[in-house]
Amino acid sequence: MRRNVPFLVKLLAIIGFGILYVPVIMMMIYSFNKSKLVSVWAGFSTKWYKELWTDDILITALYKSVLIGISSATISTIFGLLIAIAFVRFASFRGRLFLSLVASAPLVMPEAVTGLSMLLLFIAMEASFGWPSGRGIDTIMIAHATFGMCFAAVVIQTRLRDMDKSLEEAARDLGGRQPFVFLSITFPLILPSIIAAWLLSFTLSFDDLVIASFVSGPGSSTLPIVIFSKIRLGVSPEINAVATLMILSISAFVILGSLLVLRRDGKK
Amino acid sequence: MMRIFFQKYGFLLVIWLPVGWLSLFFMLPLIEMINVSFSEARRAVPPYNPAFQIGEKGISFQPVFDNYLLIYDYWGDYLWPAVNSIRLAFFSTVWCLFFAYPMAWWIARSKKPLQHILLVLVLMPFWTSSLLRMYALIGLLNPNGVINDFLLWAGIIVTPIQMMQTDFSIYSGMLLTYLPLMILPLYASLVRLDNALLEAAADLGAKNWDIFRTIILPLSLPGVIAGCLLVFIPAVGEFVIPALLGGPEQLMLGKVIWTEFFRNRDWPVAAAIAIILIAIIILPVVYARYQDKEGLS
Repeated sequence: MRRNVPFLVKLLAIIGFGILYVPVIMMMIYSFNKSKLVSVWAGFSTKWYKELWTDDILITALYKSVLIGISSATISTIFGLLIAIAFVRFASFRGRLFLSLVASAPLVMPEAVTGLSMLLLFIAMEASFGWPSGRGIDTIMIAHATFGMCFAAVVIQTRLRDMDKSLEEAARDLGGRQPFVFLSITFPLILPSIIAAWLLSFTLSFDDLVIASFVSGPGSSTLPIVIFSKIRLGVSPEINAVATLMILSISAFVILGSLLVLRRDGKK
Repeated sequence: MMRIFFQKYGFLLVIWLPVGWLSLFFMLPLIEMINVSFSEARRAVPPYNPAFQIGEKGISFQPVFDNYLLIYDYWGDYLWPAVNSIRLAFFSTVWCLFFAYPMAWWIARSKKPLQHILLVLVLMPFWTSSLLRMYALIGLLNPNGVINDFLLWAGIIVTPIQMMQTDFSIYSGMLLTYLPLMILPLYASLVRLDNALLEAAADLGAKNWDIFRTIILPLSLPGVIAGCLLVFIPAVGEFVIPALLGGPEQLMLGKVIWTEFFRNRDWPVAAAIAIILIAIIILPVVYARYQDKEGLS
């Protein structure tokens, strides 16, 4: 057998890929439908895309989502890097078990539980010492940074563990001080994983509906919250257009990223 | 001065910054949630009377068990969704395995350029929003959706089939969301499979099915277990899928928490249900960690 794959396996695999892609592709096709009726094809049109630019609610939600995504991803990446360094470089320290627990539990916690517990804390904190006053962009940012840093830590940790340690040791032997060695040797070597961690945290934040719904306040609706409330009213060509744009732009990033990885692997 | 500071305290900073953040924004919220779950509901802002509080009268701790008793009394409303969550997550995991295994097999056995393309095709949905993909699925499964329209047009059916708000729509949504999580560990274990083993078995006259049963399946078992855990754990607590694709028959705990909190505004009960949800996932999570440690050593 060696390489050839049985026909039945291939058939099931193709059906599997179909499940992943057919719904999204159909949605993209119908986003160019002229008719307001979703399933009746009335000819090609880009009018739903033009209408998006006049929808103020969507535009402000997009702006907030991007703002929250960028800031929470940045915090996530910095803290994720610290967690990764602590685990890979410090063999044992007080609190290691605790850190490994709190840095991995958010990965498996159901979103509804994370969202609810954070909101309850924010409310208790506000009652006790007045911060955060109300909920809004800052509370969503904190919530997203908290679970984002755990994912970022996993991504960076893998790379840091696989890295050739002798380069660092050589630099230290030659008299380089710790911060300098880190910035000039370690950092460039793990940079791809840092970028990957940032992108992952950003998309996690950008896509999150459940946690954001709990910790958002009036007037701080992110894009998924707005889309969710629109979906509840029914399928519409306008949401088809938004969803198509979002999926295409994320996919472009993923393809670009995998091309970069492939090129790097090819050079080795 | 700065340098001495960093050399002396940099170590502590690296550890205590994340420990501090995660204690404050992950551990403390959970503790507060436990506190609220033992608190009395009331009509005020906030709508509960904290079990544990530090006030002018000093520290007081008066837990009430009403919320858990309420869940027990109205088990049809709360515990039935818990059983339902486990049932739907379990069968979703089985369906994911059913499709993911052949996919992972095909990817692991294919040659380089195709292999990379297929892997990117698996990863891409993982990066795009689950909410949007569920929305795309609704467009397909609706009574006036693409599938029904096609079948009506082709004359195969006379009236639209009810696909939304059934177990079928939940499983479709779960497949669409969690297939990549199942495929990746399976792929990782299948790609390491030694070809020589398979060739030796074939040379000695083993049939394809025997090779699969006695060599491929046992050697890929760690991947199967990892994949099942990766799918089952998030599937149990899923909110978006039962909220958008499920009906009253497909109620799951994630949605019950949401309804209790946002619609009924009963925060203590929502917190108590969240604790029950954690209790459900804790066994598979501990097992997953144990597996992980075994794998490393």
